[in-house]
Amino acid sequence: MKQELTCIRCPMGCQLTVEISGDSVTVSGNTCPRGADYGKKEVTAPTRIVTSSVKVRGGELPLVSVKTASDIPKDKIFDVMAEIRRCYTDAPVYVGDILIADAAGTGCAIVATRNVERVNS
Amino acid sequence: MKQHKIVIIGGGPAGLAAALGAKAHGIDDVLILERDERLGGILNQCIHNGFGLHTFKEELTGPEYAQRYIDRVLAAGIPYQLRTTVAEITPNREILCVNAEEGAVTIKADAVILAMGCRERPRGALGLPGFRPAGVYTAGTAQRLMNIDGYMVGREAVILGSGDIGLIMARRMTLEGAKVRAVAELMPYSGGLKRNIVQCLDDFGIPLKLSHTVTKIHGKERVTGVTLSQVCADRKPIPGTEEYYSCDTLLLSCGLLPENELSKSASVELDPVTGGAVVSDRLETSVPGIFSCGNVLHVHDLVDNVSQEAARAGEKAAEFVKNGRSSGGTAIRLKGENGVRYTVPQILYADDMDEKLTVRLRVGDVFRNKALVVCYDGKEVKRLKKRIMAPGEMEEVTLQRDSLTDDVREIIIRVEG
Amino acid sequence: MEQYDVIVIGAGVIGCAAARYLSRMTNSILVLEKEEDVCSGTSKANSGIVHAGFDAEPGTLKAAMNAEGCKMMPQLSQTLGFQFRQNGSLVLCFDAAQMPELQKLYDRGIANGIPQLKILTGDEVRSMEPNVSGQVVAALYAPTAGIVCPFSMTVAFAENAAANGAEFAFLEAVQEICPQDGGFTVVTDKRTLKARAVVNAAGVYADVFHNMVSAEKIHITPRRGEYVLMDREVGDLVNCTVFQLPDKLGKGVLVTPTAHGNLLVGPNAQDLDDKDNTEITAAGMEDIKARALRSVPNVPYNKTITGFAGLRAHGDQGDFVLGEPKDCPSFFDAACIESPGLTSAPAIGAYLARQIADRLGLTERQDFQAEREGFTAIAKLPPEERAKRIAERPEYGNIVCRCENISEGEIMDAIRRSPGAKSLDGIKRRVRQGMGRCQAGFCTPKTMEILARELSVPMTAVTKNRPGSEMVRCDDETA
Repeated sequence: MKQELTCIRCPMGCQLTVEISGDSVTVSGNTCPRGADYGKKEVTAPTRIVTSSVKVRGGELPLVSVKTASDIPKDKIFDVMAEIRRCYTDAPVYVGDILIADAAGTGCAIVATRNVERVNS
Repeated sequence: MKQHKIVIIGGGPAGLAAALGAKAHGIDDVLILERDERLGGILNQCIHNGFGLHTFKEELTGPEYAQRYIDRVLAAGIPYQLRTTVAEITPNREILCVNAEEGAVTIKADAVILAMGCRERPRGALGLPGFRPAGVYTAGTAQRLMNIDGYMVGREAVILGSGDIGLIMARRMTLEGAKVRAVAELMPYSGGLKRNIVQCLDDFGIPLKLSHTVTKIHGKERVTGVTLSQVCADRKPIPGTEEYYSCDTLLLSCGLLPENELSKSASVELDPVTGGAVVSDRLETSVPGIFSCGNVLHVHDLVDNVSQEAARAGEKAAEFVKNGRSSGGTAIRLKGENGVRYTVPQILYADDMDEKLTVRLRVGDVFRNKALVVCYDGKEVKRLKKRIMAPGEMEEVTLQRDSLTDDVREIIIRVEG
Repeated sequence: MEQYDVIVIGAGVIGCAAARYLSRMTNSILVLEKEEDVCSGTSKANSGIVHAGFDAEPGTLKAAMNAEGCKMMPQLSQTLGFQFRQNGSLVLCFDAAQMPELQKLYDRGIANGIPQLKILTGDEVRSMEPNVSGQVVAALYAPTAGIVCPFSMTVAFAENAAANGAEFAFLEAVQEICPQDGGFTVVTDKRTLKARAVVNAAGVYADVFHNMVSAEKIHITPRRGEYVLMDREVGDLVNCTVFQLPDKLGKGVLVTPTAHGNLLVGPNAQDLDDKDNTEITAAGMEDIKARALRSVPNVPYNKTITGFAGLRAHGDQGDFVLGEPKDCPSFFDAACIESPGLTSAPAIGAYLARQIADRLGLTERQDFQAEREGFTAIAKLPPEERAKRIAERPEYGNIVCRCENISEGEIMDAIRRSPGAKSLDGIKRRVRQGMGRCQAGFCTPKTMEILARELSVPMTAVTKNRPGSEMVRCDDETA
């Protein structure tokens, strides 16, 4: 099986050709080792970082932006989003704070990506 | 009148890096003026990842990238004023700024660094036919409403323009439960980064319709749909190709324009191609002591490049303040030709230049297996092979001071192949 | 049942002018408007021109009202605080064979009593207006012509009327008018009202209301005109309003600065059936852009900030229809008000008010307040004055609209005055927030926040204009 992909590991956007025959996966078209990794992973176990935001109570802003602490399986994106959308937190929140320890059973945490200070209103 | 050594207009990524650059090169009296309620600029609403790979060797989100610079600025004790709008800059560097606490105040600066960023091309400038209902947003406005204020702009969207913000918003709206019906792009290629096409459209099965545009906006109060048509080579719609898409939102991601109204008030010469200032290798504009960097100079793809450029602007402004003079010697003109739309800088002073200079440029079309060729007064001195070049991705060429002899007057960079 | 001396249908420039002049005589006035704000129909999308008055046939109402309106404008703009500039107009003639037509315009102007008209040679025109085409052989120059901000004029009439006691009801559409006991019963979609007199200033819908009460039917065709508006940066391309002498190529389009210093090109004329069709079309825009180049070959269309279209109320018989139909006393038409309707608005308002006062036996009020203070553009004040205003009200120091330099305080003024803005468009028309080159890209979220705060409504209830034009969706609906 042969698959054409665009590498997204850096802005170069190399056009990759990934060939799978049995257990062996070969990648061509890459200009760096990260491209080979990406090609292999994308056809066998694609993953993504998910970014979104979580509602904040008592903060200077109504939302805090968040991300998955590491990449998660691509097919779990919407499960993780559903959990993020249900989540609330209280100000203050700081970059790196863990808001969900294990999102949708991926084992991956949801962490804050900005600071939201508390305001007294 | 207040007085400061260096005043920086804008507290986004360019302004923050410029302030740090100036401070690192020996100027303590630096002031950042920011019109928003917080530092960080547009990065605050760019909550997606992909920032900082070059600067921090890791992928950060926009707010994280901004926070790292904000933390550095705070640690360096650089003063800044928020909610402060600069109304005018004079050629002799008097800055009229306005805020609620102090009213209208004039600040005299030894050097000014312009870091105001850019704005989006609005619907009106695109001449899109149809009604003028609610629900037509530039992608950045929608991004702000969703990511900062927490409001959904609509449930079903069509996006015109495949610039990065448009692509990012396609994914963002999809993740938040909206249906993105299509992304239409006037050109036969996308204006966005490839990674964004893969991760924002392909991942969610959102069609990218190249060589298409909006030929009618439907709906009197709120958008009810749009008509998309295919365009031919001259970008005119082809009759008979109309397709109706029902939607309540039309997002526009049709280009960014450096916001140089203040530069004009200071009589700074602008480059008609970039929409930003004409600058020397020291990022100094045509007005002595006024420097420019970031998206107000030319629109960048990567914030890492903005930070790097701005840090140099800070450094050069600091040198200007210390030396009390601009670059001297003979000006060498840098120009793009034959597929190269522009270069930044546009002017080089060999006597004063750094050992190495990064020239940034954009091409005007998609080129495969061509080369960027640098010529000094018509003589080829450098040839960089490129597998692919596209208008959406900025290119760079490094020039060595050693390679420039006294007699060089013009440097041309062109596409050959 | 609520009863008024006068009910005015329509809060466009004509209805508001009528209300303002009527408020000299009575404070028992109700203006009914089906949209959410004043200036929401024809008044919001037109050329913004004060015509000198040589176009209309002598003896017509158009000729009389135009001449009078033009004469009133300089003083009135001071009294009521709206933007007006007497920049003069030129009608360009491109062909020596057309000179008799130009002369005819001149003669008509003289017959209409228009002062200072002059026919200029092509070279004289170009020395006045260097960007005008070399093809021009002559022009009719009318120094008394001007440019006016149609929004600020309408709002000025409305605010002044309101200050003198006139009431305004928005989002209330008149459905029926029945003559009764020498007055009228007016049925709206919300209630039934009584009035001693009715003013029909319903723009493109005025025929509908006229025909409810009179056997002498009138018919109005909505005539759409499209425009292209350019950045203030290029607003000085011409100083005068530049018209074209109608010839075999058509009626011609104008090129003009606006009262706020933008450059405006348009309109074309398309007769439609739909009274709400303000769509802009690709073909129409191309057409006006091409035709304007005949007057000024270097119009910088790359500086376009928006396009828009408006509907003019074109009556079959050609002239304005003003005053009482023979068969329906106390019903006062202001119908078929197309160009020069904006110029004529104050004259029409005053004319109708006199007639109504005679009919109802109203006399001048002693407590009539003739003056109204316009909105202050804080950024245009000298720095010291600006600082003083900010000290008095800190919100004047928070710049919201960076393109037009409009502060939070000015937006609050627009909302808090009466009748105040209730939507983004309402703010834009009063204080120009979002009117600039970014077309509200940056300031929309902040302006929405201010509207929501000032009106005590949630962000999801903030509209662009009428209900249905909400800007954002409730998050939970999407989930």
